[in-house]
Amino acid sequence: MFKTVIRRAGKCAAVAAAGLMMMSAQAAEPIKIGSFLSVTGPASFLGDPELKTLEMYVEKINEEGGVLGRQLELIHYDDVGNASSARNFASRLIRSDQVDIIVGGSTTGATMAAVPLIEQAEVPFISLAGAVVITNPVKKWVFKTPQTDRMAAERILTDMKDRGITKFGLISGTGGFGSSGRTQTLEVAEAMGMEVVADVTYSGSDTDMTAQLTNIRNTSGVEAVLNFGFGQGPAIVTRNYAQLGMELPFYQSHGVASDSFLELAGSAANGLRLPASPLLVPDSLPDDDPQKEVVQNYKAEYEARWDSKVSTFGAYAYDGLMLAVRAMEEAGSTDPEAVRNALENIQGYVGVTGVFNMSPEDHNGLDPESFRILEVQNGEWKLID
Amino acid sequence: MLNTFMQSRLRGLIVLALILIILPAFLGNPFHYELVTQMAIIAATVVGLNLLVGFAGQISLGHAGFFGLGAYFTGIATGTYGWPSVPALVVGAIVVGFIAWIVGRPILRLKGHYLSMATLAVGFIIAIILNNERALTGGPDGMPVPAFEIFGWELSAFGRYSLFGITIEGFQAWYIFASVVLLVAVWFALNLIESPIGRALRSVHGSEVAASVVGVNTAKYKSLVFVISAIYASLMGSLYAHFQGFITPAVASFEFSILFITMVVLGGMGSTFGVILGAVVLKLLPQVLADFQELEHVMFGLILMLTMIFMPKGLLPTLTAFVSKKMRKKAGGEA
Repeated sequence: MFKTVIRRAGKCAAVAAAGLMMMSAQAAEPIKIGSFLSVTGPASFLGDPELKTLEMYVEKINEEGGVLGRQLELIHYDDVGNASSARNFASRLIRSDQVDIIVGGSTTGATMAAVPLIEQAEVPFISLAGAVVITNPVKKWVFKTPQTDRMAAERILTDMKDRGITKFGLISGTGGFGSSGRTQTLEVAEAMGMEVVADVTYSGSDTDMTAQLTNIRNTSGVEAVLNFGFGQGPAIVTRNYAQLGMELPFYQSHGVASDSFLELAGSAANGLRLPASPLLVPDSLPDDDPQKEVVQNYKAEYEARWDSKVSTFGAYAYDGLMLAVRAMEEAGSTDPEAVRNALENIQGYVGVTGVFNMSPEDHNGLDPESFRILEVQNGEWKLID
Repeated sequence: MLNTFMQSRLRGLIVLALILIILPAFLGNPFHYELVTQMAIIAATVVGLNLLVGFAGQISLGHAGFFGLGAYFTGIATGTYGWPSVPALVVGAIVVGFIAWIVGRPILRLKGHYLSMATLAVGFIIAIILNNERALTGGPDGMPVPAFEIFGWELSAFGRYSLFGITIEGFQAWYIFASVVLLVAVWFALNLIESPIGRALRSVHGSEVAASVVGVNTAKYKSLVFVISAIYASLMGSLYAHFQGFITPAVASFEFSILFITMVVLGGMGSTFGVILGAVVLKLLPQVLADFQELEHVMFGLILMLTMIFMPKGLLPTLTAFVSKKMRKKAGGEA
């Protein structure tokens, strides 16, 4: 007890000496940042880097004097990828821990389960999940950092169009990510005047997709193939694609934009293209790219601290935390309404995922160009556009 | 004294009511209310399941399927088609009861493990349908459910209500509502157990052959209790959906079915108040253990294992047996 008083007094003194802010008794209270993430369970590949990122940057911000002269306190729970426990932990964060802002929700299911509660409780919430339903229609208190699957579809289809492709075959997984991606792709294709000539699916436990791919190959007029899926499915599709000797241009979604996909797919991945975060190719970015420095720093800091490969998903948490901090600084307080308004008005924040320009109509703030089109060449990512 | 007190069914109900009345004094914040409300809803489901497992001796590994069906029926009827809550709840329960009846007729002719396997399959089928019928159920990402509504009153956990000059918060209103539901569920179950149907069920549990020899229509009673427990699950699923405001196919998952069965076994098979205790413990543990992070699952498993080794009859029956043994010893000593 005595020790913490001393420590806290020491911190206060340091902050005051730095001349950052006048300290009042109330301002000495830490700012509570709540988070519910899928740290274990089937979606742990999302939640684990996200939590690590939050922990390390909350520490870093605190060392640098905190936000508004107050320290940050991270309160986090593991929802194990289960939507109803995500909702319960969101409730605990809001009602028991009384956090000032929530940054979390690794999966779309977990996010959407917590959204009705958060909307009613009126707490600013920055989600780290992908699907377009989170911010479209716009919900007053809900923001998100990853690009939507709709943007991924737009980016891929634009690239196809640039190569003169108008008819393509679609193969998608039946899980949440794949089926939402499929819906978005079909809509975008219609809007862009392109034709989906073949539309096949596979389930998450399938171990061979040769039949579906043969089906696409035998469809007349098909000029390219797009696979929307998550996990090991796309790696199998990629290997089958090579085994069948298919020569058509091949696209994957951002769902597999990680180095582990390259390991799984091996040489079969050569030549395929996908939309991805610049985080995969930090050093190939042109020097005038505003994101270059942010991306390189995040990668270096993460890998130095955790001794493991950086992941795109962790970057979502980085952007979420930084947006939250920036909003609180601009609002000058942690008043939920003020922070929410500040979040909505953030312009030109350069993050790892992209450059965010929020507006009352857009609570994501990214455009499809924030995805970079990469091509796999000799087992490595190559920046195309 | 305590023994007779514990054995009287209405007194048990009174004790439960007293606990529910006193409990708010110990609830520190809205989150606690919310947790207890969920416990009450889940406990009522398990009380229904216990009729099947504890009294009729039939294992259902697919009960979350019925729970999920009720939840989704409510979600779709009120959310997508704008039905009022109460008709949705009732019609949902009738539909689920009917499904259970159809499914139960052939299944309940099976014995032992075959019945468990069949209910397991039914649960899986329901979960898969909920996952895949994206247009109707929203698929794996789930769907929102509007607030519960009684006679034009919207019961939202975030509302504020004044009645007879007393203002209560939405979460308190839900707590009261869920408590009443639990009491009614228990009262109904207790009455059923003491009725001729209950006696017939216990005879089926004891020995199916003997029961049929003395003239009990075992197939009929088994399918009756199967339907009743499915209706319990459906009703509570509907309330759960309203309370949560959002449902995903996880409510119908195999894990959830197992959780229900675990609550029954842990609390004490055939003990209506025991299974409530089981539900409370299993809902509480993840929250209590949340601070342990990685060790959460290890501790969860350890607690379950130790309970089953040292209290094989379940929590409440073991505890009451222990207490009444002490009491008897004490009484004996005095005499």
